Amino acid sequence: MNFTIILHAGVATGTVLLFAAIGEIFTERSGILNLGVEGMMLLGAMAGFSISLATESPWLGVLVAMLAGGALSLAHGVVTIHFQADQVVSGLSLTFLGTGLALVLGEGLTGQTPPLLLDYNIPLLSSIPVIGPALFQDHGILVYVGYLAAPLAWYYINKTRPGMHLRAVGQKPSAADSVGVNVYGIRYIYTFVGGCLAGLAGAIISLSVSPGWYSSQTTSGQGWIAIALVIFAQWNPMRAALGGYLFGMLRRLILDLQGPRILLGFANPLYINSNYSFFLIMTPYVLTIIALIFGSRAVAKKRAGSPSALGLPYVRGERGK
Amino acid sequence: MSSTTPAVEMKDIVIRFPGVLANDHVNLTLRQGEIHALLGENGAGKSTLMNALAGLYKPVSGTTKVNGELVDFNSPKDAIAKGIGMVHQHFKLVPTHTVTENILLGMDEPRFLMNLKKYDEKILELEEQYGLYVDPAAKIWQLPVGAQQRVEILKTLYRGAEILIMDEPTAVLAPQEIDDLMVTMRSMTDQGKSIIFISHKLHEVIAVADRVTVLRKGIVTAHGKSLEGLTKRNLAQLMVGRDVVFSVEKEEREAGDVVLEMKDVYAKNNKGLPALQGISLRVHSGEILGIAGVGGNGQSELAETITGLRECEGLIEINGEEISNQPPIEAIARGVSHIPEDRTTVGSAPSLSITDNMIMKNYNQEPIGNGWSINFARAGEHAQKLKEKYNILAPNVRTPAGKLSGGNLQKLILAREISSYPRLMVAMQPTRGLDVGAIEAIQSLLLEQRQSGTAILLISEELDELLSLSDRIAVISDGKIVGAVLAEDADINEIGLMMTGGTDD
Ligand SMILES: Nc1ncnc2c1ncn2[C@@H]1O[C@H](COP(=O)(O)OP(=O)(O)O)[C@@H](O)[C@H]1O
Ligand SMILES: [Mg+2]
Repeated sequence: MNFTIILHAGVATGTVLLFAAIGEIFTERSGILNLGVEGMMLLGAMAGFSISLATESPWLGVLVAMLAGGALSLAHGVVTIHFQADQVVSGLSLTFLGTGLALVLGEGLTGQTPPLLLDYNIPLLSSIPVIGPALFQDHGILVYVGYLAAPLAWYYINKTRPGMHLRAVGQKPSAADSVGVNVYGIRYIYTFVGGCLAGLAGAIISLSVSPGWYSSQTTSGQGWIAIALVIFAQWNPMRAALGGYLFGMLRRLILDLQGPRILLGFANPLYINSNYSFFLIMTPYVLTIIALIFGSRAVAKKRAGSPSALGLPYVRGERGK
Repeated sequence: MSSTTPAVEMKDIVIRFPGVLANDHVNLTLRQGEIHALLGENGAGKSTLMNALAGLYKPVSGTTKVNGELVDFNSPKDAIAKGIGMVHQHFKLVPTHTVTENILLGMDEPRFLMNLKKYDEKILELEEQYGLYVDPAAKIWQLPVGAQQRVEILKTLYRGAEILIMDEPTAVLAPQEIDDLMVTMRSMTDQGKSIIFISHKLHEVIAVADRVTVLRKGIVTAHGKSLEGLTKRNLAQLMVGRDVVFSVEKEEREAGDVVLEMKDVYAKNNKGLPALQGISLRVHSGEILGIAGVGGNGQSELAETITGLRECEGLIEINGEEISNQPPIEAIARGVSHIPEDRTTVGSAPSLSITDNMIMKNYNQEPIGNGWSINFARAGEHAQKLKEKYNILAPNVRTPAGKLSGGNLQKLILAREISSYPRLMVAMQPTRGLDVGAIEAIQSLLLEQRQSGTAILLISEELDELLSLSDRIAVISDGKIVGAVLAEDADINEIGLMMTGGTDD
């Protein structure tokens, strides 16, 4: 076990969660709950992979992956914003729709080798001891973009005019509407942004972090973890980034712990064999649930981030909104 | 634009909601620089008409002229651009935003970066100009309602509104705050602005307005009448369409034994902050104890601790039996009944029928139920009987409670609570938002209960109501009882002063 390696891997896999969670934060801050992240991510992973294979351009793949995620999210937008359908039901259906589309369209992609996103080193920063090689060496560009994405998203939401409008629409749409802010328009935009970022997260998996197409195993539930992360992060992009990286490190740590037969002089209880692997694979998800329980408590206590109109359709003139 | 061109001229406005003709060919003329009262009972269509003028609703037909120019608003932005600003009945403020953020919401400036410090300064200047003070950096949820209302007014002024619509602005204010508001309104008209002032309180209209337009069930019954020579009685007749009794008769009655006793009760509010800070009080049988106070000073928490809906420290006894921190069922078993503040979510289940709502407390008792099953035929008869006795207007007892008007829903709740023969009734704002007719009915029911020996804790923000119904009045401020007086020698100004935390010296 080596801290640098764990941190390096954690940051890479954490980037996937970071983009998906920040996307969902934007969507939820506008008052729309989109539970279809897993579906949008898988579709993005498939689209990025297959476009890169067909065009030899991984960046075109990334672009198409974002548009695919975005397009799927617009379906959710139309159903929930325009027709005011139940957001939970629509979001769950979106997961099925996205997963189904990705599996059908991704038929035969397994084992193919498209050009991948390249890794780069950041000069100077990468020579900082211990964390330099972990954070600034052999990462895809999108990992570095991720470092900037969280603070930028935080700044945008809290310190800019469009960010203030976004928060207003998620907290009290009738107030925003009464001063001429376009509630529906804003909700569509951020639902789309959320979809694009979920698609991006998918492409990062299939073209960079753990390259390849392994049908539904490609994302293996990370979309759900991203949603849990949003609550844990109390709708704050900085906390979401931190949580994403920690989560990524944890996954790597567990992987490392499965190797040795002997750990600290005892038989390793995590040693990988066919009987125990279920529990090991389960660990991140169990931790998600635990994080959620504590996260939601904190949210309930303080008025932290939680958009009070989340999940509620807006109809002008309806009482009590 | 000459000074004789009306600021606003609405003609033949028709607005429909599913099943309701909210405005039926309504005319309204607002002159430059006047305060024009728009008077009408609840549901008369006042808010609807003004929402159309503010660009939120679109009339089916009719024309609107602003300063002589024909307008057709598609969004509130269009109305704002023509200098129209509205202070809504239910505030349109984002609770988690600061005052400044709320004022800037929807504006084109600042373009991108907020730079709140700079705008805080600008807003302070505006506050100086009109004497409307509130901390620009405070978050809305931290402010009392009076301050929130000032934010709403500042919001319209910041947008350069020349025509202000105020939808029942006094409903949430204490007497002193109402006086301040009227001063502010006067200072705004002195600066050339025109104001439409919505209210259903006659004395306020008489005190502040120049002219009045009265609406009844969507129809104009008085168009721009000068207030000179009009009495309260004339106005009430125009508004209700019949003669109105202004105060209910209260009979003399000796108070009996102590029913409710509270000693040093402390409780926290939903945010975990202290809400009740050592409340001690007693209510006797056959007595109405009125609790006066500005909203949000612990009234809700007081009602909830007694009815078992909120944890507390200290002692609460009903007829000598302790009920503090027991589940609501224990309070109910000891004869505590509750008329909650929120009729539609706490007091009733809106999607259930009248019958279901009526039997909510006795569904498991003979003859309606036996603990296992419910005899729906008997439940229906029970509900039908109460519906007739309490004169609840609804097609039948299977109608969902949510379809009832406010007054009829409140009668339903009272019918249910009274039919359980309570020893103590905790009534929170029982007449809020009801029209004159319904208020009369509810108040008579409360007095009947007093006559039959029930102890009543009446929590209200309407001083007139407290003075005419109560035997004693206690004033609550900041979670403490700051004074108590006998209703017959109570002075409305003194109570008002205690409510706002002020003292004589
Ligand atoms: N959004 C709405 N949907 C359906 N009916 C409405 C709506 N708003 C108001 N109404 C109905 O229109 C009538 C007028 O309401 P309103 O303008 O709010 O009255 P007021 O402000 O005079 O109390 C009432 O019967 C009310 O129930
Ligand atoms: Mg109204």
